[in-house]
Amino acid sequence: MTITEVGSARRRKEDARLITGRTTWTENVTLPGMLHLAILRSPMAHARITSIDVSPALETKGVVAAFSGRDVADVQGALPCAWPVTADMVHPDRPPIAVDEVKFMGEAVAVVAARSRAAALDAIAAIEVDYEPLPAVLDMEAAIADGADLVHADKGTNKGYTWVFDSAEAGTGGDAAAALDGAEVVIKRRYVQQRLIPAFMEPRSVVVDPTGDAYSIWSATQIPHILRFLISVVTGTPEHKVRVIAPDVGGGFGGKLQVTPEELIAFVAAKRLGRPVKYTESRSESLVSAHHGRDVIQDLELAARRDGTVTGLRVKLLANMGAYMGLVGPGVPILGAFMYNAIYKFPAYRFECSGIFTNTTITDAYRGAGRPEATYAIERLMDELAAELGLDPMDVRRRNWIKAEEFPFTTVCGLQYDSGDYDKATDRAMELLGYDELRAEQQRRREAQDPVQLGIGISTYTEMCGLAPSRVLGSLRYGAGGWETASVRMLPTGKVEVVTGTSPHGQGHETAWSQIVADQLGVAFDDVEVLHGDTRTSYKGLDTYGSRSLAVGGIALYNACQKVLDKAKPIAAHMLECDPADLEFTGGQFRVRGNPDGGKSMADCALAVFAAHDLPDGIEPTLDADAVYDPVNFSFPHGTHLCATEVDTETGRVTIRKYVAVDDIGKVINPLIVEGQVHGGIAQGVAQALFEEAVYDADGNLMTGTLVDYTLPTAADLPSFVTDRTESPAPDHPLGTKGVGEAGTIASTPAVVNAIVDALRPMGVNDIAMPCTPERVWRAVQGGAA
Amino acid sequence: MTRVSMKVDGVEYEDDVEPRTLLVHHLREQLGKVGTVVGCDTSNCGACTVLMSDPEGRQQGVKSCSVLAVQADGREITTIEGLSGPDRTLHPVQRAFHEAHGLQCGFCTPGMIMAAVDLLQENADPTEDEIREGLEGNLCRCTGYQNIVRAVQEASAEIRQGAQAEPAPPSPRAGEAQTPDDGLPREHVPDETIPQPVP
Repeated sequence: MTITEVGSARRRKEDARLITGRTTWTENVTLPGMLHLAILRSPMAHARITSIDVSPALETKGVVAAFSGRDVADVQGALPCAWPVTADMVHPDRPPIAVDEVKFMGEAVAVVAARSRAAALDAIAAIEVDYEPLPAVLDMEAAIADGADLVHADKGTNKGYTWVFDSAEAGTGGDAAAALDGAEVVIKRRYVQQRLIPAFMEPRSVVVDPTGDAYSIWSATQIPHILRFLISVVTGTPEHKVRVIAPDVGGGFGGKLQVTPEELIAFVAAKRLGRPVKYTESRSESLVSAHHGRDVIQDLELAARRDGTVTGLRVKLLANMGAYMGLVGPGVPILGAFMYNAIYKFPAYRFECSGIFTNTTITDAYRGAGRPEATYAIERLMDELAAELGLDPMDVRRRNWIKAEEFPFTTVCGLQYDSGDYDKATDRAMELLGYDELRAEQQRRREAQDPVQLGIGISTYTEMCGLAPSRVLGSLRYGAGGWETASVRMLPTGKVEVVTGTSPHGQGHETAWSQIVADQLGVAFDDVEVLHGDTRTSYKGLDTYGSRSLAVGGIALYNACQKVLDKAKPIAAHMLECDPADLEFTGGQFRVRGNPDGGKSMADCALAVFAAHDLPDGIEPTLDADAVYDPVNFSFPHGTHLCATEVDTETGRVTIRKYVAVDDIGKVINPLIVEGQVHGGIAQGVAQALFEEAVYDADGNLMTGTLVDYTLPTAADLPSFVTDRTESPAPDHPLGTKGVGEAGTIASTPAVVNAIVDALRPMGVNDIAMPCTPERVWRAVQGGAA
Repeated sequence: MTRVSMKVDGVEYEDDVEPRTLLVHHLREQLGKVGTVVGCDTSNCGACTVLMSDPEGRQQGVKSCSVLAVQADGREITTIEGLSGPDRTLHPVQRAFHEAHGLQCGFCTPGMIMAAVDLLQENADPTEDEIREGLEGNLCRCTGYQNIVRAVQEASAEIRQGAQAEPAPPSPRAGEAQTPDDGLPREHVPDETIPQPVP
């Protein structure tokens, strides 16, 4: 095998259709006789539906059908939760269309099917609904106080679950309570991870085409395979009668890792009407009804010695689930549970998380899912510890982190970190930032009492990628495995079709997967076609989330290629009239070892099996191969992000002056794609630090219900980032890759907030709630100075 | 219904539209120009950006969700689908987005490319800050904008180089840069013209 493609910055195959407007988004799918759906949504956070009359909608021009939740109560099923994190988790049934009671603003209450979208939208305005308001439960702490109003009266509690990990109980470490009791220093803080909205650019869209007893479903989803399985389970439709197609999907960030009410509504409507239907949400609907992310209150206690050595950590979380349990929502904080110890050798750790119901949109996976929250908490705490002790924040980290020679390292959570070199990445980042020079400048500005202060924020992070070893998922009560699949088909002309169970929505799998295959099989990059996102061609897979696609699916693909080579070898040997044991595969040719001439390529072998005229006895005439890979471990990328901010103490304005990211994500298939993932990831983390927050008013109305109010960063709001990499290959598999999709988001939020706090610490500021808007920064300065 | 005629990507169309129809919906649903997409309902995201001629015939970037189809009557429109040459050679901005990895999921890309074309028509050699300010009306959630900025810089260089080599730049508009003031809403359109679900 000759490596020429892997590691090269191939331009993406996906681009040609995207830059010319010639791609298929679900919203572009138009079928003969198709009806358009519009959904009437609850204007109230919590209310009883005392009456609902859809008949006026039916009198509207162009309307074919209208129905309420009550009308379809017996057939609409309930939305699934695949991650009941405890045996006694409270999991109220969530109907796709509310029946009798609405539990959050934006919940569907009625549906219209009409010949055009405009007609459907006109018609939902005619539906008459009377609501009797009920008390809205919004504050998590109030929700679990005695006598609290309830989101689900029949459940008797707003607490969905409490999940605990204690290193003493697990036998993986010491007793955190004892460490805190006897600590020389305790840092106690509360941090709030504000509610965020994934805000993928393509609004969700679904088309359902009922044909006979079968259903074809196009959906803007990250998870076509999981969707197929769960649509089948939830609706009682035989799985082989359900085909799900995720065509090009316009971003996800976890936000499309969901089985949605809208998908089930479209399914129910199509089944009821016997005609294809399409539903595409407006952006305003998306912001209020697609799942949100984060929304966690973190109570943290860090025990340390006066030299900066951490001796224990206790974490207590309240995680806002929203009104119901999402597909993997309860498990999101649990994914973070294993990351609070981060890159450090903490000897004792306790984590406790309660999932709380409120009358808000559900929360679920958003880029990083649990790990950004954990990383934020610990990286903020390390700065606070350093400040408390008067030590340099980088020195405190170095004192505690795992050294390169200590890998593989078993953490206080029992995870085995695979590889890494935190010193190397950090040294490189400090060099790129000009850390020492900026510290000197910071000192000058402080002494001069410059109204614009300089801060340097540090974030040294790791994360767990490559979700996930199936056994581990089972032990965490997750409803599925963590394997991934790939098929390689050799076509007679020597071209290759690859079928992957991953489901890209911007990650460039068609390009990266082609690079892997090109090297392994010695074929041209352009001779590989990667098929995905249609359960008819790719019947098996677990889709794309959690930085798993390459770390798991890439290995499945590698293994499938090896099987193809194994099948081709005896055929090549037969053609070359030699013993297979004498062959080597190099430069795309099977050659007799030591003889550079007269080899046979994969194309030769493919043609030979196609003709099948002259094959060795007993050989099946095919080179095609499938592989399923179940990872033996997570992979653990890491890195150091440094952020220098200028903070105007008179206006509260924060300007990122320089941002440096040095990431170690193991081996890299395509550095261009990796760079893009890092940029985008950082942007989303910076957005949490500075710009974004989903805000509810006291009645449970989402106040940030449009892109006017939910402020995604624009090009003018962000700087260019300086990026570099170190490379500690993943030791557990042949590609050595780790995963990059979430790294930037995990690392950047604490880097930015640490920088702001660092700038203002001499003024007595030790925290600012996110997002750090100019108003909040200014208030902190005023409060700190007072 | 109102009869409108417009030239879109070089082809003349004449259709009856409801007066409330937005240009983007007319393009997508009546003319089949689904390359232009809708990303929001408040004209913030810019995914629907196209070029539309003003009364003097100069093509300007507009958010086609903020223009009624009837307002486009008699105008010439270029969408992402009409940006490449007749032999399907890519426009320098398209090529640069590919080369600089200026897109990931690609949903904002049609609007982003059209906005970039518009920007470069008004400012052939923008600084990084000018590019960032110039694309402020277009949201991207994937790229962090860095490679988009790089793509616009590369396209700018290529177009300027091309202009030196031959006098006619490969641009859909050959007019001088001016602030458009033709009465068309560019940033805001009253709520009642945007079909929205109740509440």
